[in-house]
Amino acid sequence: MADPMNIRIEGPSPAMQVAVDLARKSVWLIPVVVIISAAFWGIDGVLSSMYALAIVVVNFLLAAYMLAVTGRISAAVMAAAALFGFLLRLGLIFLAVLLVRNTEWIELLPFGITLISTHLALLFWEMRYVSATLAFPGLKPQATPNPYLPSSESSDSVPSNLSPSASAPDSYGNRGLSAPKG
Amino acid sequence: MSALAHTAATVLAATDYTAAEAKGIAGASSAGFAYGLAAIGPGIGIGYLVGQAVQAMARQPESAGQVQTTMFLGIAFTEALALIGFVVFILLKFV
Repeated sequence: MADPMNIRIEGPSPAMQVAVDLARKSVWLIPVVVIISAAFWGIDGVLSSMYALAIVVVNFLLAAYMLAVTGRISAAVMAAAALFGFLLRLGLIFLAVLLVRNTEWIELLPFGITLISTHLALLFWEMRYVSATLAFPGLKPQATPNPYLPSSESSDSVPSNLSPSASAPDSYGNRGLSAPKG
Repeated sequence: MSALAHTAATVLAATDYTAAEAKGIAGASSAGFAYGLAAIGPGIGIGYLVGQAVQAMARQPESAGQVQTTMFLGIAFTEALALIGFVVFILLKFV
């Protein structure tokens, strides 16, 4: 077993990729949050909920950034950053609430509900994607070409009389489907 | 927790504080105590999770990317517990 002090995680950080993907997915939650908050708490509720959503996204990005930066140093430093980063981020969230708690627009009930619900919703959404990606790497959304569109590469390289299971993988690494001819 | 608040309120009521002040002080101390308790469990969980993840990376450095992805999601899920404690704290303290 290698020494954790000497292990470095080189290359693009997977945690940062996950966090950026979570931030991208959070855009889809904005209309839902706005509609529900406006229906129950009005404009103040919308502002409070958007503030909570921003805190959730920044929290994810900060956690991933700390893991990415410290992972390049060593795995042990990354572990320390994960633990102390937890305390640091809780403190920052507390500070963010403390700064706005006396302002006119803050509604703490929609703020709290949005903080918890969007955090969990984004995580479950991402977890489904990550688990599916790990189990079936060929089924990534960007790796599924339309089998009914003609492509010059597959029609040139794969004979039409081959069975789907025997066909060569296409440029995306998929097997089994080739473009129909004619 | 409510027993703690009740005890604190009783003790404070015996002093020079008014009932409203005593109730406020007891509520604040209970909220802070609840937040502190709520952060202990996730702290232990994240420590265990990260320790095991580092061990897995040390055993199989070639799968460090997958381990880190799973670790990040695990940290975020565990942190949700602390966030729930935090939200309960701000609702008790500020609302």
